[in-house]
Amino acid sequence: MMDTTLLQVKREYERYIGRKLLFIIFTSTLIIMVAGISATLGSYSISVLEVYSTILKCLISHPENTKESIIWNLRMPRIILAIISGAGLASSGAMTQGILRNPLATPYTLGISSAAGFGAAIAIILSKGIFAGKYVIVGNAFLFSLIPTFVILALARFKGATPETMILAGIAMMYIFSAVTTILMYFARSEAVKSAYLWMVGDLGRASWEIIPTMFISLLICFTLLMWKTWDVNVMMIAGDEVAKSLGVNPERERIFVMLVSAFLTASIISFTGTIGFICLVAPHICRMIIGSDYRYLLPASTLFGGTLLLTCDTIARTILAPVILPVGVVTNCLGGPMFLYLLIKRKKEYW
Amino acid sequence: MKIRIRGLEFSYSSIQALKDVTIDIYESEIVAVVGPNGSGKSTLLKCIDKILKPQKGVILINGKDVKDFSQIEIAKTVGYVPQSIKQFFPATVFEVVLMGRKPYLGWRCSRKDLEKVFEVLKLLNIKNIAMRDFNELSGGQQQKVLIARALAQEPEVLLLDEPTANLDIKHQLEVMEIIRKIVKEKGITAIVAIHDLNLASRYTDRIVMMYEGKIFAAGEPFSVLTPSNIRTVYGVEVKVINDNGIIHIIPLQYACNMYESEW
Repeated sequence: MMDTTLLQVKREYERYIGRKLLFIIFTSTLIIMVAGISATLGSYSISVLEVYSTILKCLISHPENTKESIIWNLRMPRIILAIISGAGLASSGAMTQGILRNPLATPYTLGISSAAGFGAAIAIILSKGIFAGKYVIVGNAFLFSLIPTFVILALARFKGATPETMILAGIAMMYIFSAVTTILMYFARSEAVKSAYLWMVGDLGRASWEIIPTMFISLLICFTLLMWKTWDVNVMMIAGDEVAKSLGVNPERERIFVMLVSAFLTASIISFTGTIGFICLVAPHICRMIIGSDYRYLLPASTLFGGTLLLTCDTIARTILAPVILPVGVVTNCLGGPMFLYLLIKRKKEYW
Repeated sequence: MKIRIRGLEFSYSSIQALKDVTIDIYESEIVAVVGPNGSGKSTLLKCIDKILKPQKGVILINGKDVKDFSQIEIAKTVGYVPQSIKQFFPATVFEVVLMGRKPYLGWRCSRKDLEKVFEVLKLLNIKNIAMRDFNELSGGQQQKVLIARALAQEPEVLLLDEPTANLDIKHQLEVMEIIRKIVKEKGITAIVAIHDLNLASRYTDRIVMMYEGKIFAAGEPFSVLTPSNIRTVYGVEVKVINDNGIIHIIPLQYACNMYESEW
């Protein structure tokens, strides 16, 4: 009797893990399907099969005609950029929620977005930047977005790297950078203000093959580093700092490590795309509702799901008011908000 | 001898929480630490588990200074059961208990780790709730899950911070009996910070009474839990009844010494 129940528990646990793996496989398939569909949509109509055969063909040779060129040189970079950005934002969002033990935390809570916005605004309005040429905005946004992280890091040395210190410092930074950005915009020409503002909404229009390798490599490295820390983050999230210590985890050190990696990953994305909202908050939560909070599965699931979600949003942004292309940030916010509310109402479990 | 503490001092910035604490705790022994709020019970437990680092004094576990233990070594030797805390994120009982295997884990958890979790789930008779959400459980069940997590660490020393707070009378007895059973069967040492003097006297081998960061009295329950000790430490008048070796403490009235002297 006793042993049969134990056997049942084992079976139940295996099924539980199985469900998580199934979700990860499902999302991986979904991402390929949505990418295929997305590539067919646009002013030049192409069938799904043509899309897949063109992609396979172009992997080994150059595009030969207009159709192939549209798929490979126009639509694919944008699709891949959407997947990489969504994946990166979702994975850093998921991990930030865990280390700060706060379901509302995202890398943006730590001031990254408003600092990046300020950096971009300097480049756009004052035409001044650390790098010259076409990467002036990207370079500025990237370097500025790392400032809050280093301020938090410095503060943590004196006040301890507790979630409270980090969140409050991040919010303070957010206000400071928003204020100086506003001052900058106040005295700027209206076209410059418009383009600085649109940068902050977030857009994938700057996609090109040129930037993909850098972003992909940074996603790959950061994802691997975050994956390596999933056990520690599990312990910190489930047990809290004191118990984490008694389980052999150094919560402050791990928190700072994960923050640095997430901040770097977020910065490397938003400096190209602008501050796309909601993905880093919504994607991890949707996955958490479906497969639970074990980061060993939640991190890969959120990453894949975030990619799918941003790609879907961008496809909508490209097509809903065609030929006008909306900035994807508008769509993520428009869809993300209601979707989040719906999930909050429908959720079965006591959540936070 | 399991734990030897000599001249332990600990201060939180300006407040001194532990003053010259010296005590020996043995194998297969269950020791209660009692005392009013703020007398240093939790601080003592946290120092033993290296969660807090004492400014002065030494703690030896099996003859080795706690300072010389790495965090992983401490995690494999000492299990800490905190007071039940609210989870912010959903986690199943199984996942909570699996965290106890963290000190032994590489990146993957092996079959042995899972077997160990199943074993403690069975030991504490909580296998039927293994897949439930921790937050949805009652206080008594949560406490058992937290004990299970500490046992999954395979510790030689178990530290429990008020394991019976917020529990009904049945679960209070159940939890204390589980602790006692584990200590005697596995030959480990348990130190329990506890407020309920009756439970303490009933289920523990020795009682350490703390007062303002110092050990006020230590020894067998009947020698420590005397009306005069309790009056000095808690400022409360009690009647102590010895019913065939079981001590009952009946609170009579609040008797703050300061007012008494003014009368």
